[in-house]
Amino acid sequence: MRTYLLNRAWQSLLTLILATVVVFLGVRALPGDPALALAGEDRSPETLAAIRLQYGLDQSIPVQFGHFVNNILHGDLGTSIRTGTPVSSMMRTALPVTLQLAVFAIVLATIVGVGAGVVAAAKRGRPAEWVANGLALIGLSVPHFWLGLVAILYLAVATGLFPASGFVPFTENPVENLHHILLPVVILGTGLSAVIMRQTRSATLDALSADYVRTAKAKGLRPSAVIGRHALRNSLIVVVTIAGLQLGELISGAVVTEQIFGLPGFGKMTLDAVFQRDYPVIQAVVLVTATAYIAINFLVDLLYSLIDPRIRVGGEAA
Amino acid sequence: MTITPLEVDHRSGSGSGSILEVRDLTVTFTTESGTVSAVDHISLDLREGEIVGIVGESGCGKSVTAMSLSGLLPRSARTAGSVRLHGTELIGAKEPVLRAVRGRDIAYIFQEPMSSLNPVLTVGRQISEVLQVHERLSRKLTRDRVIELLTLVGIPSPLQRIDNYPHQLSGGMRQRVMIAMAVACDPKVLVADEPTTALDVTVQAGILDILRELRDRLGTAILIITHDLGVIADIADRVVVMYAGRVVESAPVDELFARPQHHYTAGLLAASPAPGRHAGTDRLQEIPGLVPVLAVQPDACTFAPRCPAADAQCLGSAPPLTSDQNALGLLPGHAFACWHPCGKPPTSAKELKP
Ligand SMILES: Nc1ncnc2c1ncn2[C@@H]1O[C@H](COP(=O)(O)OP(=O)(O)O)[C@@H](O)[C@H]1O
Ligand code: SF4
Ligand SMILES: [Mg+2]
Repeated sequence: MRTYLLNRAWQSLLTLILATVVVFLGVRALPGDPALALAGEDRSPETLAAIRLQYGLDQSIPVQFGHFVNNILHGDLGTSIRTGTPVSSMMRTALPVTLQLAVFAIVLATIVGVGAGVVAAAKRGRPAEWVANGLALIGLSVPHFWLGLVAILYLAVATGLFPASGFVPFTENPVENLHHILLPVVILGTGLSAVIMRQTRSATLDALSADYVRTAKAKGLRPSAVIGRHALRNSLIVVVTIAGLQLGELISGAVVTEQIFGLPGFGKMTLDAVFQRDYPVIQAVVLVTATAYIAINFLVDLLYSLIDPRIRVGGEAA
Repeated sequence: MTITPLEVDHRSGSGSGSILEVRDLTVTFTTESGTVSAVDHISLDLREGEIVGIVGESGCGKSVTAMSLSGLLPRSARTAGSVRLHGTELIGAKEPVLRAVRGRDIAYIFQEPMSSLNPVLTVGRQISEVLQVHERLSRKLTRDRVIELLTLVGIPSPLQRIDNYPHQLSGGMRQRVMIAMAVACDPKVLVADEPTTALDVTVQAGILDILRELRDRLGTAILIITHDLGVIADIADRVVVMYAGRVVESAPVDELFARPQHHYTAGLLAASPAPGRHAGTDRLQEIPGLVPVLAVQPDACTFAPRCPAADAQCLGSAPPLTSDQNALGLLPGHAFACWHPCGKPPTSAKELKP
């Protein structure tokens, strides 16, 4: 297992370095003067000079890269050219919102998706399966934004059960925080739970026809133990892999959801930066997204090795 | 359970009480392309400490028979007839009753030791499970018992192996784990469905030795299923020969090898090595033709299309399983289902096919 994880860690690090290089070159590869791009619409000579100095654009590329990396390592992600705020402090307020949204959505989607998937597999050909399949189909085919708008219309505007937009930090008021985040979490989690449900269902059906399930039944185990201890453990290997591939979807889904519910999160920060051509912020956003992506994939690999002993414990037949 | 040697006369003849009595067991499957008859009115008995072999070509209904004993067939199967375990009827019994029987009274060993073990659970855990379900021992006692079982089936360094996963064991070791799991609760009946088919010849002999030893030490009755007459000759006390879902002949092992009556049995014997020779060769396919897959069991001998002695009578009505001992000089317990048994010359030359 150690070799496996070291390998994965090494690969992750390499990907991260590559991502850094790409982000660094991204702005500089734009046609024309990178200072112009970084300055956005304010093209006064003073601004351009200040930017050249700040980014060391008059120096050689390798030296610039050195500065770039050094700044990142010191937590300095540059300054927004729109607001003049340091990007790192923007991140500190935006990231927790998105992290809470994403983590809650993943947890919800996993509980609902795995639960419904197992029920659909165990009750094959019975009404419970049709219900689960039908809900999954709806979850998969209805776009986030539409679901979000409908939720706002009926659950927020019409009835006032939930706030239509806005955010309260957990540290300020936990109850209000949950009240605000619940609808966005449900909306974001819907698509993912549908994907997880379908994967769980088909992987569990496969597992249920495996020889070791026949052995488990022949031992006199109850159906709950046969499914929970024997089939599900094996199908989760597939589910984790597939769910891991869905994380890109989750990140883009978070951007849309935040926009709909007016959450001051990472997605909103990204969109604002893109619309305003706030290059330093865009740069930082891309870098943080790449890092998050790599970190999540590493976590998935870790989880994978925890579930599957064939990865954890090496060595073929002794 | 305690491991105490039992004084059982395994070779004693008929009469003594059977642990397992199967009467007119019939299984059909409902499939998309219609009904399939898999097992047709099978009867057999298993006594304490006895090893009975079921032999027949692939697809003749051996596994279906085995699985139906404790209700392990899928929902598409319809089972009729009677299976009595110490007098208790199992056909039509409720699931909780059957669950209590499975693993405790009737235990199974399957053909593929790799796929039959769960890859994500340690072998210790998989053996413990059956003890926890049926015996409710403490953790400590369960672990001790698992180590005892691993030792019983000849797994070296069991203290280490108990925490291994199946992929860390060789095929032979995995099959020993399967056996340990099967005998954990000291079952009355052990059903071994092709336990050696997937293994190397050298490993096969070891597995058969363990089964024999279990019978000798614990008095376990064993139903061993195989398409290999070598395995039968090696281990069985009695043999049941199946063809296309029916029992065509049954006899004590030496008697069957010496005086086969059904033409299918005779064909099998002619195509396979003599008893006592090494197990592991598969020659059954040398009888020309295939086992038919039947929608409905015909009122005819199902072997007729492949039989050199078939005539109009064979095609017109199914021969009943009978023992015509006196006329043919057969031993007690020798039964066959044939209109023109091998031991009896044909009544007239006309009845013989050219
Ligand atoms: N689940 C099933 N559905 C339909 N037919 C089946 C099923 N299981 C077994 N059969 C049929 O029953 C017959 C006997 O199968 P089986 O008992 O597995 O043979 P074998 O003697 O090789 O163990 C075969 O013709 C097979 O096609
Ligand atoms: S009954 Fe007829 S066809 Fe069947 S085995 Fe006997 S002789 Fe052959
Ligand atoms: Mg079989």
